[in-house]
Amino acid sequence: MRLVDCDRLALGLTAEESHCAGYSHGGWFLLPARKIARNCPIPELLDKRLVFVTGKGGVGKTTVAVALGLRAAAAGKRTIVCEVSSQENASRMFDHAQVGFHEVEMAENLWSISIDPDESMREYVLLQLKVRAMRDMLFRSRIFNYLAAATPGLKELVTIGKIWELAQLDRKVKQGRKYDLVIVDAPATGHGIGFLQTPRTFAAIARVGPIHSQAERLNSYITDQKLTGTAIVALPEEMPVNETAALEHDLRTEVGVAVDQIYLNGLYPERFSKKEAERIAEIAGGEEGPVRAATRAALSEHNRARSQRAQLARLRRRVDAPVKTLPFLFEPDLGAEAARRLSKRLG
Amino acid sequence: MPSVGEILDGKGICICAGSGGVGKTTTSAAIATGMAARGLKVCVLTIDPAKRLADSLGLRELGNTASRVDPKLFEAQGVEMKGELWAMMLDAKATFDELVARQAPDEESRDRVLNNRIYQQISNALAGSQEYMAMEKLFELHSEGDFDLLVLDTPPTRNALDFLDAPRRLTQFIEGRSLRVFMRPTGIAARVAGRGASVALSVFKRIVGFDLLADLAEFFNAFSGMVDGFQARAKRVNKLLADPSTCFLVVCGPQGEPVDEAVYFHRKLVEAKLPFGGVIVNKVHYAAEDLGGNSSALPAALVEKLGDEDLCKRVADNFADYQALAERDARNIKRLEAELRTKGVIRIPYLDEDVHDLAGLAEIDRYLFATGKERVALAAGRA
Repeated sequence: MRLVDCDRLALGLTAEESHCAGYSHGGWFLLPARKIARNCPIPELLDKRLVFVTGKGGVGKTTVAVALGLRAAAAGKRTIVCEVSSQENASRMFDHAQVGFHEVEMAENLWSISIDPDESMREYVLLQLKVRAMRDMLFRSRIFNYLAAATPGLKELVTIGKIWELAQLDRKVKQGRKYDLVIVDAPATGHGIGFLQTPRTFAAIARVGPIHSQAERLNSYITDQKLTGTAIVALPEEMPVNETAALEHDLRTEVGVAVDQIYLNGLYPERFSKKEAERIAEIAGGEEGPVRAATRAALSEHNRARSQRAQLARLRRRVDAPVKTLPFLFEPDLGAEAARRLSKRLG
Repeated sequence: MPSVGEILDGKGICICAGSGGVGKTTTSAAIATGMAARGLKVCVLTIDPAKRLADSLGLRELGNTASRVDPKLFEAQGVEMKGELWAMMLDAKATFDELVARQAPDEESRDRVLNNRIYQQISNALAGSQEYMAMEKLFELHSEGDFDLLVLDTPPTRNALDFLDAPRRLTQFIEGRSLRVFMRPTGIAARVAGRGASVALSVFKRIVGFDLLADLAEFFNAFSGMVDGFQARAKRVNKLLADPSTCFLVVCGPQGEPVDEAVYFHRKLVEAKLPFGGVIVNKVHYAAEDLGGNSSALPAALVEKLGDEDLCKRVADNFADYQALAERDARNIKRLEAELRTKGVIRIPYLDEDVHDLAGLAEIDRYLFATGKERVALAAGRA
């Protein structure tokens, strides 16, 4: 049995599925950071406990994160989508008011939370001190607040700490709801690497103490392929493709995380064949008014669709993780309905 | 509707801000290229960690010092370059190191800071240092006065706000020198300051670990000699940002979310009394009305021309989809204009090809530097 076959079987895919998912191009299993123990298969993305959805800004990370959440929820998994930007785009998609630092149900089996670093810090300190009055006294102290603000990366660390806490079956928070899956709408590329790197960095700075052991625990959790998955959302354009390849590389070398899945979002349909485009082009020049506008729009679509496919091919050549495409949705604003439709394409 | 050329006339600094994925880096590069082509000596700086700017300028790599973009590249694209275009990518760590070296009273204090682990974490882009250092580099280049115009590309909005806040945060952080006494394990001041402070301190120590605390104390100790220099500098940076020769351009996309963020960012600029110059909306789908016709008579007209009914239907469907996006864009831009009380929104059409090289930048240039009427005519010619 070839290695590729082992991996494919480990993922529970048929040959055809693995081909569709882009597994057939080979090569990725040779990479050292992807430590694949073949006797303990890597679960599929949504069968893990924690999934980070990352990528550059404006690629549709939130929509994909919510779509993944809906997909898992539809499969009966109790799922929570976490936002870390305080922008609450996910809950807005469901026309919910601000959810804040609360676990709010958006749809059946699907919850959402906006993780605020200050609230996470309060919660973490309370878990450490056990006494609420003492915690409150501490947070009234100027020195404590100053130190907390001055410690580099502490905010990111407690944010990841809260994400980890949500993913525990044995929740630290009193009467915490148990989730089967935690999906994180992670910060944009560049900052995304820094975000996931925080536990490792922190474990190195604080050599002792509860934060040190906590940071180590977080780092081993997010780098454990059985528990934590990472997906990158990309667009079929030149620079986003370059950045996706760079991000996958940096995640592997600087964080120790192998990307499970890349979603190429916003792929235009191929509506016209090359021949048809030529015919349209013949009449496009001589027309006026709506025919001119419509034929130009058709040619524009055709060009875009073609250049997107070239980018898709480039992406597949440059990355190791499987690439799945998601269609461009011709809709004014992408809400819950759009995420629902995308979720059906994620299987 | 003024063009970018008119907005930036006589300005020394142009700061492009907006949320992620709206084409800010490309826009910054196009503005810089356009101003340089028109005779200025321009430098474009990016503080985005990704190497997008180098990509758009056809450069292999950008370093922490400005390097000139080869004029031959423009020639090859048929762009007449009357001025000079320079570019650099900000290396936050290198800039911070340079700054420390400049502010340190002696070599020993310099090395103490540079070798401190807290310093190394801060300067290594853990959080916010990119923004601190962008301001620093901008200020430095401005003081040196080698360029007519500096164009700065900022990280996404959430960070861009940090970035406005950076000089203040930097001084606040460093002013922590008064607190360093509390962090000495045997700090007398801690005891003097009362029980509250010492409890807070010991709890913090318990949570974070002693080593970190000692490093922090050491960091402030090492930094104490440089505080005044940093403060004075931060003040001057703030002044420079608010100067009338500085211009903030908000860049966004035509979708709901980027427009919301543009509105938010504009409000922040106004609140901070910073000079707002205008808005650039990228990737706009122009509506058919703008393009000279309505679509009701379309299907019949198409069949007459193309014959193939199935193909005609697909052309019409595609156009309907396109029109839906055009209507959305028009609606969002109208909202943007209303919120900002401006008619000065510069629209760049959604081009057939991605913009990632000089040819693409030249294409955008036409829209950025066209006046209102020319721009509509350009768009009508395209679509």
